[in-house]
Amino acid sequence: MAAQMQSDLGLYDYLPWPGRPKITWPGGKKLAVWIAPNIEFYEYDPPDNPTRTPWGRPNPDVLQYSHRDYGNRAGWQRMMAAMDRAGFRGSVSLNVALCDHHPEIIRACADRGWEFFSHGIYNTRYVYNMTIEQEREIIRDAFDTVRTHTGQELAGWLSPALSNNLWTMDILAEAGIQYTCDMFHDDQPMPVKVASGRLISMPYSLEMNDVIVYNSQKVTPRHYGEIIRRQFDQLYRESDESGMVMCIPLHPYLVGQPHRIDAFAEAIEYIAGHEGVWQATGREIAAAYHASGAYDAMTAAAAAHAQGER
Amino acid sequence: MPLPDSYLDYSARRYGMDHDRYDWSDMFARKPIRWPGGARIALSIVTHVQHFPLDMPAKPFKAPGALSMPYPDFRYFTNRDYGNRLGVFRVLRLLSDMGLRGSFAINGCIAARYPAVVRAVVDGGHEVVAHGLDMGKVHHSGLTEADEGAIIAEALRLLRDGSGQAVEGWLSPGRAQGFRTPELLARNGVRWCLDWANDDLPYRMRTAEGPLLAMPLAYETDDRVVANEYFHSEPEWVQQVKDRFDVLYRESAEYGGRVMSLPLHSWVSGMPYRVEYLREALGYMLAHDGVWTAPAGEIAAAFAGQE
Repeated sequence: MAAQMQSDLGLYDYLPWPGRPKITWPGGKKLAVWIAPNIEFYEYDPPDNPTRTPWGRPNPDVLQYSHRDYGNRAGWQRMMAAMDRAGFRGSVSLNVALCDHHPEIIRACADRGWEFFSHGIYNTRYVYNMTIEQEREIIRDAFDTVRTHTGQELAGWLSPALSNNLWTMDILAEAGIQYTCDMFHDDQPMPVKVASGRLISMPYSLEMNDVIVYNSQKVTPRHYGEIIRRQFDQLYRESDESGMVMCIPLHPYLVGQPHRIDAFAEAIEYIAGHEGVWQATGREIAAAYHASGAYDAMTAAAAAHAQGER
Repeated sequence: MPLPDSYLDYSARRYGMDHDRYDWSDMFARKPIRWPGGARIALSIVTHVQHFPLDMPAKPFKAPGALSMPYPDFRYFTNRDYGNRLGVFRVLRLLSDMGLRGSFAINGCIAARYPAVVRAVVDGGHEVVAHGLDMGKVHHSGLTEADEGAIIAEALRLLRDGSGQAVEGWLSPGRAQGFRTPELLARNGVRWCLDWANDDLPYRMRTAEGPLLAMPLAYETDDRVVANEYFHSEPEWVQQVKDRFDVLYRESAEYGGRVMSLPLHSWVSGMPYRVEYLREALGYMLAHDGVWTAPAGEIAAAFAGQE
């Protein structure tokens, strides 16, 4: 594979911010805010993938395994309570095997009208080195599992542990996935160029993601609350011109820790207290994007921009 | 090189956990725990007392805090050893000032190298917890059962002989275990273990050699993690400890007793400029009604008595 690496897969066209077609959200709302809890299952004794070994220590890495398991024993309840209080439904980035392991958590999410999108089977199984047929099989598995346990048809996808292949976007669109969360290039949904179907990139934000904030950037819990407010304030102002999307990706094993939950809870209550905030799910944002004609308008604008640059 | 199709087999995809060490359980749906005296919070102060050998191996991984400079690493060998000469005594003095008893997780070799440390811990009314043999001897699945069993037995022998205590609690160096570590611990008379970071309450684990209780030990408010992995300041550490306590304390009104664990290191919190921050964190918690400070073994016993 290394011999055929490309400098850019050309999955989306360049479209600068100034002069874009205007996005209007349903009911005249300004800013769409969606929260995406990654409800994950990391395996105790996963197989190795040649590209990535799941754990830093030999299996079983009980410290890291148990740290993640905290989310499914304790953290998810705190996170859910905070979201309930602020009136946010989740769009769950789901390792679908969790339907089998912890149906109680799935039921609590489903009872609240939360959306489920797929985050692969387990967060310790990567699509690196899969054949296209193997990757199609995990997409089928994800559709079937989520349908069986929740009655929902998958609309969104975040690749397990953000692992991808060159063809991943094509086969997601082919299977009927409407939005991908794997791209961080924009604050508005944008068309993704795929072989068939209509796929959009949904703003998901690496930098609002608690796993980046806490495990990579190592910020304090109260500063995370401040980051969320700042991101919101800026996008909220800018949405006077055209609707933007703000996403807060979460992991209950991190944000659901006792020393972190209140700073997060206060930040989302702050957001919910503003007029014109659309507390949406990923599926709802994708549907509104298409219904408003934004997909076609953005596609045409990008083509016109490319033409003008020639 | 394509993956074998077996990569898409999920043999442990079933209800509950993907192993049989313990059952899944929703912490907010359990029978409420009552601590002695009607306390809302059991405060478990666990101070690591550690020896990092100059020749500690890098494979298969180093425990956190390991020496990291080229051999011979005087820098970190002596910095860590500071904890055994002054730091641990500074923490002991503070706990004594405040009338608190806690747990000291001590590498077994400390009992042989520095018996004065173990004596001071015991004389202070504290509990000795076995913290493996030394920080270079990490537990992992690549060890033979005989080799790992010998490390465990030696660590326990040194600490039991040195302290005169039963020493039934365990904390692995780096909180690392192999697949059979819980069996080997249970076989050697260990009743509870602080390695797993998945709960704010004790819970029951299974081993082929009998039961083992998992005791909570906070991972991300550990003084070493906050100072040396996150690079947060001491006031920021104190704030996080307070925030953690506040949430657990609030929850205890509705869901029953919680454990507030405070992992410390003699070579971190025992530094002159840090120890008064520790006093501030402890003072904040103790200013609340219903805080029961006890060694982890006593908290384990109080929990087990209610099952």
